[in-house]
Amino acid sequence: MKFSGTVSVFGENVNTDEIIAARYLNTSDPAVLALHCMEDVRPGFPQSIVPGHIIVAGANFGCGSSREHAPIALKAAGISCVVAESFARIFFRNAINTGLPIVECPGISSRAAEGDRIEVDLDNGVLVLPSGARRTISPFPPFMQAIVKEGGWIPYLRAQKSFAEGA
Amino acid sequence: MSRMTLSEKILAAAARRDSVAPGDFLLVEPDLGLANDITAPIAIQEFEKTGAGSCRFPERIWLVADHFTPNKDILSAQQVKVMRDFSRRHAGVHFFEQGDVGVEHALLPELGAIVPGMVVIGADSHTCTYGALGAFATGMGSTDLAGFYLTGKAWLRVPSSIKIVFTGTLRKWVTGKDLVLALIGTISVSGALYKALEFSGPAIDSLSVEGRLSMANMAVEAGAKNGIFTADEKVASYLSSRAAGRPWAPCAPDADASYEKVVTIDAGALEPLVAAPHLPQNVRPAAETDAKVDQVVIGSCTNGRIEDLRLAAQVLKGRRVAAGVRCIVIPATPHAYRQALSEGLFDVFLDAGAVISPPTCGPCLGGHMGILAEGERCISTTNRNFVGRMGHTGSEVYLASPATAAASAVTGRITTPSEVV
Repeated sequence: MKFSGTVSVFGENVNTDEIIAARYLNTSDPAVLALHCMEDVRPGFPQSIVPGHIIVAGANFGCGSSREHAPIALKAAGISCVVAESFARIFFRNAINTGLPIVECPGISSRAAEGDRIEVDLDNGVLVLPSGARRTISPFPPFMQAIVKEGGWIPYLRAQKSFAEGA
Repeated sequence: MSRMTLSEKILAAAARRDSVAPGDFLLVEPDLGLANDITAPIAIQEFEKTGAGSCRFPERIWLVADHFTPNKDILSAQQVKVMRDFSRRHAGVHFFEQGDVGVEHALLPELGAIVPGMVVIGADSHTCTYGALGAFATGMGSTDLAGFYLTGKAWLRVPSSIKIVFTGTLRKWVTGKDLVLALIGTISVSGALYKALEFSGPAIDSLSVEGRLSMANMAVEAGAKNGIFTADEKVASYLSSRAAGRPWAPCAPDADASYEKVVTIDAGALEPLVAAPHLPQNVRPAAETDAKVDQVVIGSCTNGRIEDLRLAAQVLKGRRVAAGVRCIVIPATPHAYRQALSEGLFDVFLDAGAVISPPTCGPCLGGHMGILAEGERCISTTNRNFVGRMGHTGSEVYLASPATAAASAVTGRITTPSEVV
């Protein structure tokens, strides 16, 4: 997987209430959630998203509530990838499980500015900064790579045939 | 052989291994998996997309429609309908709504659903609450729960553990909530990212089980995967009436277990605390916080248990909520509601001018039953004070204990209990 896109920069501790506010959690329709993505921190954000759009953020991105609506909203809004200093753990696994590409890249928040373009090459583990400098992306542990490769947790389980008894 | 922390021991047993180490990936069969009216519909939808006809362990599935109950609008009613229909199709699934429902993390311990040594997963970040009873309990996402419905399994990465030692003897009006706020103020909202918090020390030994539930509840507010306590005689006594007949074995960390670090907090030096907007790490003494409040909320999975209601009533008894302040009391479960009623606490709340809500998560997440307008400020016994958490993005939330919240209701500004009582 390879993404190239314009960057929107957010700070540290972006919480899932900010990614998608609870007042919209009376639905799980991705199209509706996408319309309200980041609404409280950056009104009009969904309308500003262009193909390939990448979010760059500080530490602990996705903290707070476990709502899977957060990665669903980002993905449906057209975000190709989130690159952050670090991720909150439930958001991290939700992204892995639902197939939203995420990259941990310490130092990124001081190296990319609003409107810059960056390139993320997950296959080769490389991130190309606006300056043209290349940063190595640490690969996920093999177990997580296997989930990502299958397209998420449910496809992974199906491929393992580990739910034969429940089917 | 072992040298394992409490979390590692429980996970090793769940994985049927002699030992585990931080970073290990495990496929385990959790003893219980819960979801609520926000997260269950996605889990059910993902489960049904696979075409599977049955759940692996239906009796391990708990569905608690607590977030928007009583259903606040058509869409939220539709979401509960999805849960209800699913529970009817799959015999054995535990489903709670309306008259049976309580805030999930107050309800399950009260029903005796949790015993020490269990592995519990939940599509709700505050699933970590059950660590107070010596369970390994952690929040996940809806897709994790869908996988659990299908296969009975979930994946886990073994967390490294941070040992938190609370020394000293608590001063009057200092509660479990104040202890956990002190911790988050010390280590920050990302201080325990991906890690287990293992609580111990003399101040913990003397703390009630309900106080420990408040603390474990907010482990996630420090980024932790779980927060856990060794089950002691207080837990045994708590479970004797609630989980009678359910076997469990005591489990404790090894004396030579290895911790990533040890944080010691002198609990005896603490005074009532608040967390100021807009992060739970903005912790300061209530006495040094000068802020008027428009609303007070006493309830939630953090502080809606009977002990919390008694504490609030102790402060409010014979006093009135300040003019212009709205005070909302939300017993977290039907049992706590009935008990508060029978103990006469409702008279205290009503005489004070508070309103009493049926059990619901409601205002904690800005759902309903007490939403804030622009420019308003609330002191709340809940667990998050993010921007817009309880309403308008221009509103503010201060987190505090039930005693501090009740005292603030009386004066109309953030106040310590000792200033009022």
